[in-house]
Amino acid sequence: MNMNRRTFVGAAATAILACAAAVPPAIAQERSSVRIGYVVSQTGVNAAGATTTTIPNYELWVHDVNAAGGLRLPDGTQLPIEVVAYDDRSQTEEVVRGIERLVNQDRVDFILAPWGTGFNLAAAPLMARFGYPQIASSSIVPPIPGIHERWPGAFWLLGTAEDYAHAFAELLTTQKQAGALNGRIAMISIADGFGIELAASARKAFEEAGIEIVMDRTYPLGTQDFATLLSEAQASGADAFVAYSYPGDTFAITRQARVSGYNPPIFHTGVGTSFPIYPQMAEGGVEGVMSLGGIDVNRPEIQDYIRRHQEVIGKLPDAWASPVIYSSLQMLAQAIERRGLDREAVTQELASGRFETILGPIQLVDNAPRDLWYIGQWQGDHFVAVAPAGREGSADLVVPKPGWN
Amino acid sequence: MRPAVSALACALLVAGLAALPLFVGGYGQGVLVGLMNAVVLASAWALFSGPTKYVSLATVAFFGIGAYTVAVLTETMPFGAILAVAGAIGVAVALLVGLATLRLAGVYFVIFSFGLAELVRQIITWFETSVNRTLGRYIFIDLSATAIYWMLLALAVAVIGTRWLIERGRLGLAVHAIGDDEIVARHAGVDVTKVKLALFALSALAMTLAGAIQAPRWTYVEPSIVFNPNISFTALIMALLGGATRLWGPVFGAVPLFFFFEWLSVTMPGQFSIVLGLTFIVIVFLVPNGVLDLAEKGLRKTRGPNAGDARHV
Repeated sequence: MNMNRRTFVGAAATAILACAAAVPPAIAQERSSVRIGYVVSQTGVNAAGATTTTIPNYELWVHDVNAAGGLRLPDGTQLPIEVVAYDDRSQTEEVVRGIERLVNQDRVDFILAPWGTGFNLAAAPLMARFGYPQIASSSIVPPIPGIHERWPGAFWLLGTAEDYAHAFAELLTTQKQAGALNGRIAMISIADGFGIELAASARKAFEEAGIEIVMDRTYPLGTQDFATLLSEAQASGADAFVAYSYPGDTFAITRQARVSGYNPPIFHTGVGTSFPIYPQMAEGGVEGVMSLGGIDVNRPEIQDYIRRHQEVIGKLPDAWASPVIYSSLQMLAQAIERRGLDREAVTQELASGRFETILGPIQLVDNAPRDLWYIGQWQGDHFVAVAPAGREGSADLVVPKPGWN
Repeated sequence: MRPAVSALACALLVAGLAALPLFVGGYGQGVLVGLMNAVVLASAWALFSGPTKYVSLATVAFFGIGAYTVAVLTETMPFGAILAVAGAIGVAVALLVGLATLRLAGVYFVIFSFGLAELVRQIITWFETSVNRTLGRYIFIDLSATAIYWMLLALAVAVIGTRWLIERGRLGLAVHAIGDDEIVARHAGVDVTKVKLALFALSALAMTLAGAIQAPRWTYVEPSIVFNPNISFTALIMALLGGATRLWGPVFGAVPLFFFFEWLSVTMPGQFSIVLGLTFIVIVFLVPNGVLDLAEKGLRKTRGPNAGDARHV
């Protein structure tokens, strides 16, 4: 019986291979460092976003902390950070296994969050089960009822979709009342988590503010041709245009708008607008383009941050998530300085403490910050914060947007 | 005597594998889940593609259907019932597309199968965004890694067992005839379409269940997450490395490659795509028939020209 012999050999060999799956346990070490791990998409579909915002800021922070002698503990001693970094290849199963590895094999003290909303959600149940705080600085608050009870150690540093929508609606209302706008808006959004979330919140906020949505369309992931959508927006009679888009489409929309001479008084695109390479999409002529985020360029801490980012990483940071990510790490460092390496105590401190960051003081409410810059605008060489308008450090809005040149 | 020994060896192997998660830590359990997933997907892929020689890139289409079904039905029925529904949907889709496309041959089928995954993903995206006005669903089903591993192990046993049964029976003969020459097989009286369809549906069922079983591990599911084309590529590579035409071939490809990829993401994060492509090229050029075939040839060489006869004694 040919088959049976093969079956037997195969089975035996499989057993041997399976035994190799049992991995040796980690060796106990004397503490000479604080081990910090992260699993972030270095390859795959998420890599473009993760390598623009998350990874550079993780690296910059580790560099800054270690250059200053390491993380400070409550007794005043300092320990350098030792990094354990893995690539999740943009697959959720990998992020799950990577975190299990960080916890059980590498026995890291803290884990920095993965990139993006979906991956942070995949990580959240594990981080909660293992008792690690999760500072998700590249994710808005997911719309899950009871999320804070479910995962009390998860912090969502980019705020909620409603916050962005309200800030934008308020800005439009102010301009409408000043007579600068006719109160009609054309909206397009990408058919993906972020676009849907933001567009849904925006619909509600616009309606409440009495702003009429004269065009409301979604487009699928990967769309590159926006000529039809933009000419429809142009013909709609709206003098505000908003796209809740991802970097690739943000760039395409911008190029297309410039080529076809579509230049409404308010031109707001999505993720990618605050990237340092954005102005190149319109040969530098992006004055007045708006988007989410923004920074207070007059703040010395921010100026210093931009300089260090350029020096250490070799490129400029983006002006939305990057400073938030860096601030979230400053929060972690300060929480450790106050409470030590006890993860539960650090989690409590993150939830209730007040922290000094490059963005200014941050105190979380319901595990999310209350004082963020929600809307920014390209003015000169910077993407500056314009809303909330009353907040210290906000720039004056430029309306109508100047031409594309 | 021999069949009894084999059966005993298989039973011991399964029992040993089932006991493994009790001896490894949390990370080890996660690795076992990933490993068993690789074994299931590679074996399921080879179940259809090995003997028929139809190269399919639709693995992730079914995998994603399974995961998405769980996401949609979570909290409406018990997990076992959800698995049954997911399996039924997977089989229904396989039969539907199989009927329409299994007459395609060669490269046309490859392209179609790749397109199928994209099609399913776009349909779900369209439906969710324009009808439900949302995208991304949450799965709050509390299943331990060990429980998921056991389910995958049972699935692996079922897939490999099914293939063993098929190879022993008339269906196996028919399938191999198709793989050798479809036209000859048709003339010899094999109902080619029906056989291909049956295998395609069985293989799709296993892939669908693999996705459904693992979905609770991810908490959040959206089309771009569960329809990741890399899943199709890795399953294919693993099966090819071991040898898709052999019963244990996919296992022998899946296990080393899984650990290789795991090692890569630890030691060389960021180089995965390049290495995946290189691995593919190396396999196609150096071991086109799989490592098992290579090992057997090597064995025969060292034993001399007559060694092959010993196997039939």
